[in-house]
Amino acid sequence: METTKKNVVKELPAVARQLPSSNPALRAVGPEEGGGGQVRRAASAGGGRCVRSSAGRCRHGTHPDAQGGSRRPRQHPHGPSRSSPREPRTAALRASTAFQLMLRAAFRPLCPDTCPKRREVGALLCAMGLSGFSLRPSVNAGTGRELQVENVRLLDRLSSRRAVVGTLYLTATHVIFVENGSETRKETWVLHSQIASIEKQATTATGCPLLIRCKNFQVIHLVIPQERDCHDVYISLIRLARPVKYEELYCFSFNPKLDKEEREQGWKLVDLNEEYNRMGVPNNYWQISDVNRDYGVCDSYPTEVYVPKSATAHIIVGSSKFRSRRRFPALSYYCKGNNASICRSSQPLSGFSARCLEDEQMLQAIRKANPGSDFIYVVDTRPKLNAMANRAAGKGYENEDNYSNIKFQFIGIENIHVMRNSLQKMLEVCELKSPSMSDFLWGLENSGWLKHIKAIMDAGIFIAKVLIEKDWVSFGHKFNHRYGNLDGDPKEISPVIDQFIECVWQLMEQFPCAFEFNERFLIHIQHHIYSCQFGNFLCNSQKERRELKIKERTYSLWAHLWKNRADYLNPLYRSDHSQTQGTLHPQIAPCNFLYKFWSGMYNRFEKGLHPRQSVTDYLMAVKEETQQLEEELEVLQERLANLQKSQSGNNKVKSKQQDQNKKFGLYTSNNSLANTPQEYSNDLKSFPSRSPSQGDEDSALILTQDNLKSSDPDLSANSDQESGVEDLSCRSPSGGGCLPSEDSGKDSDEAVFLAG
Amino acid sequence: MEFSELIKTATVEDVLLSRPGLPAVRGTLCITSHHLLLSSCPRGDLELWLLIRNVDAVEKRVQNLGWYQPPRTGGSLRDTRVSGSSGTITLRCKDLKVLQLEIPGMEECLNVASSIEALSSVDSVMMMYPFFYRPPSLRLQQGWHLCPPERHFQQVASQALLRSSQPLTGPNRRRCREDEKLLGTILAEGERGFVIDTRSAQAARQARMSGGGTEPKSSYPQWRRLHRALERGRPLQESFAKLVEACGEPAPSMERWLGRLDGSRWLSHVKAALSTACLAAQCLDREGCSVLVHGAEGTDTTLLVTALAQLILDPACRTLEGFQGLLEREWIEAGHPFQLRCARSASSHARGKQEAPTFLLFLDCVWQLSRQFPFSLEFGEQLLLTLFDNAYASAYGTFLCNNERERSLCKVKESTHSLWAWLNQPEEKQKYLNPLYSHNPLVIWPSVEPQSIQLWQGFFLRWIRPSQHLDEAWVEIRRLVEGNSSSIKEGNSSSIKEGNSSSTKESTGKRLSQSLPEPPAGTENDAEAWTAGTR
Repeated sequence: METTKKNVVKELPAVARQLPSSNPALRAVGPEEGGGGQVRRAASAGGGRCVRSSAGRCRHGTHPDAQGGSRRPRQHPHGPSRSSPREPRTAALRASTAFQLMLRAAFRPLCPDTCPKRREVGALLCAMGLSGFSLRPSVNAGTGRELQVENVRLLDRLSSRRAVVGTLYLTATHVIFVENGSETRKETWVLHSQIASIEKQATTATGCPLLIRCKNFQVIHLVIPQERDCHDVYISLIRLARPVKYEELYCFSFNPKLDKEEREQGWKLVDLNEEYNRMGVPNNYWQISDVNRDYGVCDSYPTEVYVPKSATAHIIVGSSKFRSRRRFPALSYYCKGNNASICRSSQPLSGFSARCLEDEQMLQAIRKANPGSDFIYVVDTRPKLNAMANRAAGKGYENEDNYSNIKFQFIGIENIHVMRNSLQKMLEVCELKSPSMSDFLWGLENSGWLKHIKAIMDAGIFIAKVLIEKDWVSFGHKFNHRYGNLDGDPKEISPVIDQFIECVWQLMEQFPCAFEFNERFLIHIQHHIYSCQFGNFLCNSQKERRELKIKERTYSLWAHLWKNRADYLNPLYRSDHSQTQGTLHPQIAPCNFLYKFWSGMYNRFEKGLHPRQSVTDYLMAVKEETQQLEEELEVLQERLANLQKSQSGNNKVKSKQQDQNKKFGLYTSNNSLANTPQEYSNDLKSFPSRSPSQGDEDSALILTQDNLKSSDPDLSANSDQESGVEDLSCRSPSGGGCLPSEDSGKDSDEAVFLAG
Repeated sequence: MEFSELIKTATVEDVLLSRPGLPAVRGTLCITSHHLLLSSCPRGDLELWLLIRNVDAVEKRVQNLGWYQPPRTGGSLRDTRVSGSSGTITLRCKDLKVLQLEIPGMEECLNVASSIEALSSVDSVMMMYPFFYRPPSLRLQQGWHLCPPERHFQQVASQALLRSSQPLTGPNRRRCREDEKLLGTILAEGERGFVIDTRSAQAARQARMSGGGTEPKSSYPQWRRLHRALERGRPLQESFAKLVEACGEPAPSMERWLGRLDGSRWLSHVKAALSTACLAAQCLDREGCSVLVHGAEGTDTTLLVTALAQLILDPACRTLEGFQGLLEREWIEAGHPFQLRCARSASSHARGKQEAPTFLLFLDCVWQLSRQFPFSLEFGEQLLLTLFDNAYASAYGTFLCNNERERSLCKVKESTHSLWAWLNQPEEKQKYLNPLYSHNPLVIWPSVEPQSIQLWQGFFLRWIRPSQHLDEAWVEIRRLVEGNSSSIKEGNSSSIKEGNSSSTKESTGKRLSQSLPEPPAGTENDAEAWTAGTR
């Protein structure tokens, strides 16, 4: 029950479509290839008026009142029709009665599990988003396709001085803020699916503040001049951010222009069976069981499950009946070296005294699958108190008296609710306006986040120490070479996945050479877990994924990451380095010092906070440079050898010519580089190691869009190491934009100075 | 005074030395006038030298187990001792290292402890080790005038950064025409300047009662006064001690650790110092105004602010040579009383009034800068650590005494070696260079948000945190960068054979500088400087 609900919240799908333009701003406001709509750039004298586009409405026949029940072929108003793999929706959904139904429903809190209208409402929302009319709550109100509000101010947490004025657009997929005035017209793009919460604050003299918090930890603070507009945006966003059906997610319409084969290839990058083969199973002790075919035993497990050979179907089924959600013990990791293994399962339904013979046999089978060991550890990740409390609900933990040869260990990782609160608290600390050092440290301590991270790390270290010799590195390998298997387990929708990613980062901080990937890789994965742009993290189980035909209808993130793998490599990683051999031994003793606040993640959008120069990027560039030089050297040596050979032939003139040729060649390559410093450095900003010519147009498109949107996870820090006035105020010594800067002129007064 | 009077026991055998994170060593302990020496037994392949001046606190604990442990036979030395008794001496060093010596024999233990205590608190400057230290590789007087002394950064801005002590306004609000005139001459007609007082407004007012004070607006109309309270003196020393204590706690819970980190307030002081330096830099660079910085005496927080501001503004101060010059000019010549301030470190129980880790605070701020701008400082963390160590206990005379006058009275420059001379020896210098350095002509504005200020683990956890993996990372970085520059060299040499070295060099140079995320200014020169720096 709970999982389902959470899912819906988590996926926050955008009513999706891809904007195929190279200028996203223009696209976003309306033009399409099909020739409908116009670019709307409302007169800037709008004075805070809310301008709604009505141009597209009739042409596309999307307005319910106007169109009534007429059936039209589905035409995407913005995107090309090819990007809409959806079945045509019945016009009934667009009919006015349904529209009203939706409106009524919308004012009720949408609880997907209790609301019987859930599906209809979801479908409606989807239909509305797709047909592109504005989600105005008032029936009388205009029905422009996009909401567009002028003279919106985007505030900067660090400095009131750095607020910018611009126009806010709401499209079916994105919230877009375009700065006024400046030549660059900087754009901020946020996918609806990234929105975690929207908060409308009390109206002030300057307007109505709207706070949008994103799951990738971006916080957008807008001030909208008119309360009414603010309310419209608020209401619209609430709905756009909460679609109910998987089909509405961005990934179902996201099209990176890969052909079918490439897409399938992407999904094959990570092959679970191959993963297990790498670990060395199946073997004499472990085998694939088909007991879960058709998801008959456990619907949240995959069809193919590795179990001990001695565990018969009878035992497995029996054991599954004794465990929550029928998640029986199954192999997670097998260590080739010493036959040790990690299995996972849900809690047993032991209550105060119940036992299950099959379940006990199952654990015995697992123990016997490692002939070298006399007992198994059962590690319960909950605090003991929680586990005991669960007994009252008929659940609980394994009784050591009933299971022979087990050692029981509680680890005390708090449940997801505690974790969520903790993350929430920490993010609040990150959002503080000009906090003192004390405020920050106190808040960090109070949130307990690092404590939880440490608890999880301790658990990992414990298991690694006890059971296997080869854990984390191999884990890293899994990530690197195969781009891992993070297919979301249902309960992982909570900060658990964030915590896992952070734990990996903490390990990377302690072992800078041990991981083949870099921080950016983690940040991008985190971003895409919530972006819903790729199908990987959808659904709760393999079963659901199959039903939805995820692999046929969406693209795989791993393919996307793999394509750009050069950007995600750790330049310090060498497969022959000592840190990549065997197990990592993270510091346990005084390790509290070593857990750091990860501002690269949690304050990722506040560039000013991060080191202004990126060592990783620099080293990647150096590495590439070295490689080029070595290649050059090789060529030269070859030439030299040839020359020496040909010298016996006394062909001096020729060699001179060759020389000149070569010189020329060098100069040209030189020039071509020298002519494009701008591009190169632009490129360097976020993707340092890709040269502009590499990579095809399509990926470039995705990436550029990603880059333009500041919702992109990749905000490399080195873009402005020189910090001009604007940066200054963010670092304002007095802690909050109360410093003089050029725009404040000489009139900035002592009073201003002293305010800090 | 003779050192021999202070040394009660010169040699003890069978001493067990243990240090956290390192294997214990058993050997013979010797006490000389300036060093504690332990050479491992039986092979003597390991020698450990500790400058006794480096000892901050000596803790001793003795057990007399004589009555239930029968005297052993065989060891001839052992028989002569009070058999079975032993003692443990814990030496807490100024560089935060902790050594534990297990000494057989209670008497020896007590003797060793009191000898170390006496030797470590010798006050007379002329008795200190720098006056005795004569390394073969250096000549006396070398390095004392190494740094171009007068390089004020009028080069960077046309405005001046000045420092002074507080004006002696006193309770009667005295004025001084000459002082007003002096400050007046700095500013042109109608120009404005800023006075940054490193005390709070209230503290500055209170200072009037004791004859000090600050510039009243009425007498200095062109100067605008800003107050930024920076911690100094005793509270700063306590903050340092608290943080070191927190770092030394064996296994605190996460809350407790963060609580103690916060409670020490050290990071707040770092933030405040950086912020104030940024303020000064901003007034100079962005407002185009002259800035006068002072606190009370102008020997502590004042120097902290002016030195940091220059580091932020002036790329010349960010080279190894320039940084030495900056230290020489802004700290040593400007009269930071090193002798008084660095007499004791964090673990000393003797609570003097004069000790304060202002210089450490400066080094920490520099480290914060280097973390935020990893390519912009030519030197690395190792230099900062070495500077700290030498400020507190040194074989060199550079940080001796409290000011120039005392140094000339003691003939420091004539009879001791300069630290700079040692550091600048080619093979020594290598250790302090930042392999990632590339000249950055711009102002480096650091972030002073709490998220950006980090604990300087390399210093505070130097002896606690195993740094092996991080060191390996640096080795790898060096390998990468040097691999690059060596392949440039190779590329050059091979192309020289072919007779067109210039083109190759140019091409690699250019490409290299383009690959740096720095604005290329004077491409070719840059690249050359860069390769030279990494060789």
